Amino acid sequence: MQLAVNILVLASIYALISCGYVLIYRVSRVLTLAHGELMMLGAYGLYASASLFAGHPLIALAASALVALAVGFAVYGALMWRMTGESVLAAVLATIALGILLRGAMVLAFGTQTLHPLDMLGWTNYSIPLGGARISVASLALVLCNAAAYAGLFAFLRATRWGIRMRAAGQNPLLAAQRGIGLHGIYALAWGLATFTGGLAGMLLACDAGLESTLVTIGLKAFPAALVGGLDSLLGALVGALIIAGAEVLLIYYVDPLLSDVVPFIVLLAMLVVRPWGLFGSKEELDRV
Amino acid sequence: MSAPRSSGYFRTRYERDFALVDTRTQKASLAVFAVILAAYPFVAGPFALDLANQVLLASVGAVALMLLTGYAGQISLGHAGLLAAGAFTTGILFKELAAPFWVTLPASAAVGALLGLVFGLPSLRLRGLYLAVSTLALHFIVIYLGSEYETKRGFSTGVVIDPPQLFGRALSDARAWYFVLLGASIAAVLFSLNLLRARTGRAWRAIHGREAVAEALGISVPRAKLSAFVVSSTLTSVAGCLFAYYRGFVSVEAFSMFLTIQYVAMVIIGGMGSILGALLGSVFVVLFPYAIEAAMAALGLAEDLSGVVFAINYAAFGLAMILFLVFEPQGLVGLWRRAQNWFLLWPFRQKPLSGSK
Repeated sequence: MQLAVNILVLASIYALISCGYVLIYRVSRVLTLAHGELMMLGAYGLYASASLFAGHPLIALAASALVALAVGFAVYGALMWRMTGESVLAAVLATIALGILLRGAMVLAFGTQTLHPLDMLGWTNYSIPLGGARISVASLALVLCNAAAYAGLFAFLRATRWGIRMRAAGQNPLLAAQRGIGLHGIYALAWGLATFTGGLAGMLLACDAGLESTLVTIGLKAFPAALVGGLDSLLGALVGALIIAGAEVLLIYYVDPLLSDVVPFIVLLAMLVVRPWGLFGSKEELDRV
Repeated sequence: MSAPRSSGYFRTRYERDFALVDTRTQKASLAVFAVILAAYPFVAGPFALDLANQVLLASVGAVALMLLTGYAGQISLGHAGLLAAGAFTTGILFKELAAPFWVTLPASAAVGALLGLVFGLPSLRLRGLYLAVSTLALHFIVIYLGSEYETKRGFSTGVVIDPPQLFGRALSDARAWYFVLLGASIAAVLFSLNLLRARTGRAWRAIHGREAVAEALGISVPRAKLSAFVVSSTLTSVAGCLFAYYRGFVSVEAFSMFLTIQYVAMVIIGGMGSILGALLGSVFVVLFPYAIEAAMAALGLAEDLSGVVFAINYAAFGLAMILFLVFEPQGLVGLWRRAQNWFLLWPFRQKPLSGSK
């Protein structure tokens, strides 16, 4: 039972992070490798706003969520729009460079010791029993947030005007632009939403386990989840996260704890060999030989 | 893209077309450069010598990555994994069998070639992004195997390696290392230059340009791709072996993702599709942190910021990479070529045609 809860929590973490990869890839065909850093930036944003609005935890949460959204827009506005039309490698490298820049800047701004934003918000992390297993409040919040985020994204993409524009831009940018859709706005929105969900994941993770530089690794490990599910499918990201988290928790429990960093990538490799476009991805998207 | 050249120079014999160095100016400047390289270790202090050694060491790996990414057009994010494979082969053979240099070097090369084949197999089915991701996955697997070895054998901090024996004497002096590494670097450059103008190298450029056309011209695309991966990773693995001996210490911490990024940065900052670019890039990337440190010392901030030097390095490095990607996609070689052009054409100025690169 505890194993099942662990898998659920880890899967929620991966799913919440990997929907950022999927959003950006689906809309603008750019793979971002700075997502782990952006996620951490969201967590530091929470820390900063918690110390700014001490005593008003809800205001602090809202402020940090807004900051995460704004950071996403800023990343696109300052850097990524220059990469439209460049080669795949150039865009990926730009995100890598951005990641390094952010990592350095975050250490400069916040230092290297572990921070606990939850304490600063004035809340404590209880562990509550759940049918024979235990789950911390922050983890529960993470699972619920993940469900809410996915429900929101599905509704947004299906029903709202901007969501439909976003899908159109992802399907065929040229046609979308000819129909009068401003691609830069759509791309910026995708970056904003991705950073927002990633930042949310970072904040909740930081509330649960403390905020330190190893958070970046989790961001990178969530990437295989997106790819296993199919890089352009949100549903795929959800399923992929469940697969990766299941494999990771079970292998760590039954085989070797050292495996934890490598399991997602082994699953990823297996997937690339068998079905490179992922479980739910569209086949023709893959630039195949 | 060939180097700009003033008019009045004609090749009159076929041998001149094959020559790597053909004009008299080139020969003279190459000779001067060789003299400088040979004299350098006798002039430089120990710190400057160590820097030069690091640059030379990095240049081998950078040339290898340039062959793969810059010429054959295959993206790899597993370069640190390949370096680690070479270094760990050396370390394990040394620890377990006390193998000498003459065994570990070819063994590393063989492991590199094998891994190149494994790393290269996905490239037959995948392109672009997906290929980069699969090499990234292999990086993590190699690192996992390395750390597994470290913990299982009880070398949890890393494997210590004695300096290698060359011609009966231990190679521990920095000056001797300089010449060994210089030799390795020159060998790698000459090997690459010759390979690139031969059938293999031309096939690589062709598949970089467009695979379908290359295939129509009779080039076996799988063979060209696999050979690019194998040659590149063999060279990288040899660099890893030299790295292990030079540091005298092998540990998985040394082969993080950041190392891969540094090598990719060498190729990008140096300039894609140019061996000279790989060399310039390795000089830039290796010296960059020291330049930052020197700049901080010059500004009198060294004491205040001593705890966060690495963070400043990270931030500045990321910034430099972004600036190059955005403003000078052709890298240092592009700058160099433009400077040459400027001097050649002075007092006139060349305006590149719009749309040309």
